Order: sequence, then C-alpha cells, then structure tokens
Amino acid sequence: MIEAEFLASLIAASMRAGTPLLFATLGEIIAERSGVLNLGLEGVMVSGAMTGFYISLVTGNPWLGVLAGGIAGLLLALIHAFFTVSLKVDQAVTGLMLVLLGLGLTGFLGRDLVGQVATYIQPINIPILSSIPYGNAIFNQDPVVYVGIFLVPLLWFLMNKTRYGMELFAVGENPEAADTMGIPVDRIRFLAVLIGGFLAGIGGAHLSLAYAKVWTDGLTAGRGWICLALVIFSGWMPQRAIFGAYLFGGLDVLSFKLQAVGLGVSYHFMRMIPYIFTILVLLFSVIREREKFGAPSALGKPYIREQKF
Amino acid sequence: MRFGGSNLVSSELNSENKTEDNKMENKKILEMKGITKIFPRVVANDKVDFEVNAGEIHGLLGENGAGKTTLMSILYGLYRPDGGEIIFDGGKVEFHSPGDAIKAGIGMVHQHFMLVNKMTALNNILLGYRTPKDPLMDYEWARKRVEKLSKTYGIEVDFDEQVINMSVGEQQRVEILKALFRDVKLLILDEPTSVLTPIETEKLFKALRRMSEEGLTVIFITHKLKEALEVTDRITVLRRGKNVGTLITKDTNEKDLARLMVGREVEIVIEKKKKESGEPVLRIEEIYAKNDRGLPALKGINLTVKRGEILGMAGVSGNGQKELEEVIVGTRKVEKGRLIFNGEDITDYGVGRRVALGISCIPEDRIETGMAPSLTVEENLILRDYVKFTKNGFMDFEIIEKHAEKLIDEFGIKTPSPKVAARTLSGGNIQRLIIARELSRNPVLLVASQPTRGLDIAGIEYVRKRLISFAEEGKAVLLISEDLEEIMQLSDRIAVIYEGKIRGIFDREEADLEKIGILMSGGFLEN
Repeated sequence: MIEAEFLASLIAASMRAGTPLLFATLGEIIAERSGVLNLGLEGVMVSGAMTGFYISLVTGNPWLGVLAGGIAGLLLALIHAFFTVSLKVDQAVTGLMLVLLGLGLTGFLGRDLVGQVATYIQPINIPILSSIPYGNAIFNQDPVVYVGIFLVPLLWFLMNKTRYGMELFAVGENPEAADTMGIPVDRIRFLAVLIGGFLAGIGGAHLSLAYAKVWTDGLTAGRGWICLALVIFSGWMPQRAIFGAYLFGGLDVLSFKLQAVGLGVSYHFMRMIPYIFTILVLLFSVIREREKFGAPSALGKPYIREQKF
Repeated sequence: MRFGGSNLVSSELNSENKTEDNKMENKKILEMKGITKIFPRVVANDKVDFEVNAGEIHGLLGENGAGKTTLMSILYGLYRPDGGEIIFDGGKVEFHSPGDAIKAGIGMVHQHFMLVNKMTALNNILLGYRTPKDPLMDYEWARKRVEKLSKTYGIEVDFDEQVINMSVGEQQRVEILKALFRDVKLLILDEPTSVLTPIETEKLFKALRRMSEEGLTVIFITHKLKEALEVTDRITVLRRGKNVGTLITKDTNEKDLARLMVGREVEIVIEKKKKESGEPVLRIEEIYAKNDRGLPALKGINLTVKRGEILGMAGVSGNGQKELEEVIVGTRKVEKGRLIFNGEDITDYGVGRRVALGISCIPEDRIETGMAPSLTVEENLILRDYVKFTKNGFMDFEIIEKHAEKLIDEFGIKTPSPKVAARTLSGGNIQRLIIARELSRNPVLLVASQPTRGLDIAGIEYVRKRLISFAEEGKAVLLISEDLEEIMQLSDRIAVIYEGKIRGIFDREEADLEKIGILMSGGFLEN
C-alpha cells in the first residue's frame, strides 16, 4: 500500500515538476521550428519565475503573477527577436547574452524576495475523476498543469493541420522558398520567438508559484538548458515534448523522494540525475543523425534576402 | 569588332519595330522601363527596357552575369530596383515582396529550386496558399485542382512524395505546378533546362507550348541559343546588364544571336587532333561510396583514365559526379573498391599524399572547396604546395610573390596585385586562379569538374584550350561536365554516368548526342 501511495504521489509531483519544463520546451519548439534558436531559455525562464513571484506577492493574485511571468519572458524574447531576426545577429551569442541578463537581473532585483511568502497557485480537484484510483494524482493538479496538457494537442493541431503550421515549418526549413511564395519570413520568426518567450516565462512562473513555492537566486537551476535538450529529445514535436518534460520532472522529484525514503545515496548525487540524463539525451541525439531527428534545416541561420552579392 | 556588333543591333531593332507595327493586335502584358539595379561591385541592370506580349514565349538570352536573373528577380519582387518602372497587365506596379508579384499574377521557377525538401509535393504547392477552409489545409480541394492542372499541361508529379526523394526533373515540375496553382498570367523560368536530360527538356517544351496555347505568357531565361530558338516566339538579348535587342525568333539564327550576346564575332571551334591514348594513369575498380545523406551515390564504378586523353563524363548533375570527384581527390570515404594510380593502390591514401603523387583537381564548387576566399591571391596560388615555399620553417614571401607574378602573367589572371584577397576577384578570374594553381604544379592527372560553368565565352575558350594542351602534353584529364556540347568537343572518350553507375563508354567517333541522351536519362540502347 505504501508503494502505491508513493507511486501516486510521484506521478502527481512529476507532472507538477514537469510543467515548467513542458511550457518552456513547447515554446522553444515553436521558436526553433521557425529557425531561431533561443539559447537564452534559462534567462527567460528565471525572469518569468521572479516576476511571477513578485507580482503575486504584491497583488496577492497568483494568476496575475503567471501572466506577468509570461510577459517578462516575452520581453526578454523581444530582445532576442530584435537582435536575431531584425538585425540578423548571431543567434547563439544573443541567446547566451540573454542567459546572463536574465540571471543577473533577477538576482539583483529579487534580493528582497528571498524568504518571502507569496500567494501560490492552488490545485483544483476535478470531482469524479479524482476519486478513481490514482486519479487523485492526475486530477488534483493546479490549472497551469491542465493548460500545459491541453497545449500539446492544440500545438500539434496548429503545426500539422493548418496553414500557420505549414508556414512555420517552411520558414524554418527553407526561408528562401517561403519568401518566394510570399510568406513573411521575418514576421513569422519574430512572432515565433515571442510566443516561445511567453510560454517559457509562464513555465518559470509556475516553477516559483506552484512547484518551488519560493524565490531563490537562480531558481531555475539549469532547467532552461534541460529544455533545450528536451526540444531535441522530442524531435521538435509537441506530442513528444510532454513525455520528455514529465520524465525529467519525475527525475527531479525522484531525487528528493528517494532521499526521504533514505536510500543512503549522497544528496548531491541525486541532484545530478536530471543533468546526467540531459547529457545522455544529447549524446543519443548526436548519434542518431540530426536530419532524421527532424531538426529544422535553417535552424540558427539568419535569413537575408539580397545577400547574394 | 565592337562596331560591327552595334550596327547589327540597331538594324535588328529597326526590323523588329517594323514587324511590331504589323502585329499591333499583340497586347503587351509587361513593360519594364529603364530598370537599373546596382550591386556593391557591379551594375547588374543598366536602364533595361523589356517588353513582353501576352500569350507569347519570350526568351531572355544572355551570358552568365548578363543580368537576366537580376532583371527577373526585380520583376518578381525579390530585389528592389534602383531605378525604372514596371507596368504589368495594364497598370503600374511596385512589388515589395514575391507575395505582391504572386498576387498580381506572376510566377517564377528559380534556377535553384525553392522547395521545402521535407514536405510533400502537395504541401509545397500549397505553401502560403489560402484554401477555402483556411486556415485549415483543404487537401481534397487542392488535390482536385492540382490534378486538373497536371492533366491540362501534361506535367506529372507524385503529389504525396517528399521532395527530397524526387529527381531534379520532378522537382522542377513541382515548381511549375506551384506557380500554375496560383493562376499566374506570367510564368518566369530561370534556366530550366540546365538540370534536365534531353528527353525531359523536350517534355518541358511541350508543356510550355501548351501554356502558351492556353493564353499564359512565359519568359524563358537561358544562355543556350539552340533552346531559345527552338521554343520561343521572340528573344530579348542582354549583354553586361543592357538590353541589346529584341528579335523575332523565326527571323533570326544562332550566329546572329551569339554575336548579339557576346558583342563580337564568336566561333568556339577548338581544333582537336585525334591521337592514340597511352597507358592507364588512374584505374577506378568497383568503387562504392555514399553521398552526404548516407545514401549510396556510387554503385560499382569502373573506369580507366589514360595518359594523353580527356575522358569526358556526361550526366545530369546529382548522379554521383560530385562524389566521384571527391573519391578521387580523397575527401570522400570509399565503401568498397580500389583506386589504382600509376600502378599504386591509393585507396587508403589521404588527400596530401594523393596531391604529392600528382593528382590535381578543379572542384565543382570553386568558392567553397577550390580556394580560401580571405587569403590573398598569392597565398591561394600555393595552397597545394605551400611547404615548398618555406625557408627555415617560415613562409618565404619573396619567392611566393615571384611565383604568383609569373602565374598571373601566364594565365592572365586580372587582379590589382598578388596581395589582394582572392574573394575580390570575379568568377572568371577565380577560375583562372584555380587552373593556374592546379596546372602549374605539373600534375599527372587533372580532375576538372564543370570547369567552364559561369564563365563568359572568352573564358570558356581559354579554359578549353588549356585542358586540351594539357592532355596533349601526355597528361590525363577527367572532365566532368553537364554541358554535353563541351563534353563532345573536348573528350577523346565519353563515359555516361546515371544513378552512380557508368552506363556506357564511347569513343569520340561513335558517340552521338542521342545515344548519350538516352543513357543519361536512364534508358537503354538497343543493340
């Protein structure tokens, strides 16, 4: 019986821990599908986390916090989009700048938030479903978790069944071809990066307002980097991202839970698990060829129309 | 010579005006007036006037770099002109993007296909198009429409196939359908035949004539005189960014067109003596290799290149030529088979060792693999043998400069100084630089891949003569070219490659275009 209870709480916690990863990964999938790599995900997420926490603390409304987190992510993504899409600056350099900016700024502005208690996002109990066995784990989550789950089929549909998805795909695969068919390459890339930043910001806010329930300097602890690996792991497909995100969420949780059970393994080693997994994922995806894995062909390459001469 | 050319132009223009008067019923669909486009180092279009009648097939003829593609890219909204105006379908237009041009009814099939490789043909055709169920993709509706177009014009495509798995000919058909799908009134085709076999070219021409009958206007960009004469109603010739005349096709001939195109009397007839070829220099035995995508590219190639001969390799690009070039040079791994060079098994040798043995190469991609663009001309000239130009372990720039000056003089490389970056040279001079480097090291075997692509006629003449005299010195040349005329003119023997296999080898005397054409497109010769 203890085992079943342990499993149920593990699933529940995995979903909660995986939701910030899911949001950021879905956002990055959209951006990368358009051909823009945002290495600054860590900075974007942490900005969302701090802003969300602060707004919730000030207003007492965690939903305003989530929204503010999304907007903070969007603003950081705006910088990225402006530099990489409008000015055609190297995407990796701008992304890394974003990491430093996000971590530095939140560390500085969030000094007074450390140790504070904000209003957190509360779980919603879905009546009947939550009373079936294990149902309590899955159907007793906070709304952001549900939104995350709902986003997956929505994005899958948009990306695979609509003109928007086709255009996004074309812009990331062969921007020149898209341009010659009258598709506004830069506008789509700009939008994709903004949407990506918004989702990553919400992911960050969920981290501080529903999972960690606290603000500390560098709260994201490398989750942005993990999400970049998850994008590769998911083969740029939203429907795979959810498994990756929950799996990593689970690993995160497991490292705590196993300690509680008292496995006798060093705390530091347990905390390493998600990161070791990230390395394995990256290794795995390098061994399988990138192309077959569905990386957008124009990923990381700025598009300049009259660059021929 | 120059005066002869311009006299001819004006007289041709006069006669054209007269006939134009008689054909007033021809409605103009397009007028481009005084179009000027200046790129950083070159005036690509210099006050070009260009007119096209509705329903005609209009040839746009000119050498590489004459400004044909630039002019059409301006019409298609890809480039913004620095001057001039465009009147299309009765009104003045200003296109800010290809989207505007498409909306106005102009379609363009680019020389480098603008297709998304990982999408199906149908999705490519639908790219950016709003179907009735927009934003949903209405495939059923689209398929019906495309199938009808496909039938009307005789353009066949497997709509569910991914573009990446298609032959270049089929990819081109997707491009054409993509334009037709948008109900264009004017279709621009940029050098459409350069990737086609003779049979596919015939099919394309049939489709173009069909379009013309249906009232569509076609602009056909080419530098091949024969094709322009065969399929067009009128021809406009561009030379160095200027319109030098518009002619009625049936009133003109190859010689006049060539003169207009080049601006002087030309006759590329190169004397080639028949001679006995000597012993084998390179033996390629059952070579298998993969392409960049990991698919088999060479499937058991057997070939011998002999001393004193030019062995021409004919074939549509993408049938393994590039891979074969790389296998010989040593930059591509051989899966199976052997390479014997002068009796020595060099299969496992690295590039450096092969170079030292006397293998030279004019690579297909000159800028990417033929040179180091940021290095100076003199440095590029010693890229292969830089070790020989050192003193006590340091580069000896005195000797390097002398070496460069000698080659610049001998090969006629136009450069302000040996010390300028090689990328500042024009395409033709970059080619001369590479040839100078490769030939001056006195190799035994030269692999020349598309050696005249992108050159003007004078450059082509020069390169071809060099190759012949090189072979006459008793060296061996493997000439890989898509230009069948070039192959026929230069080669002592001709091998045809198709899908990674040698489909036939002919002596020069027994080879004819038809036989080679059939083999190039995968057909078989009846005995």
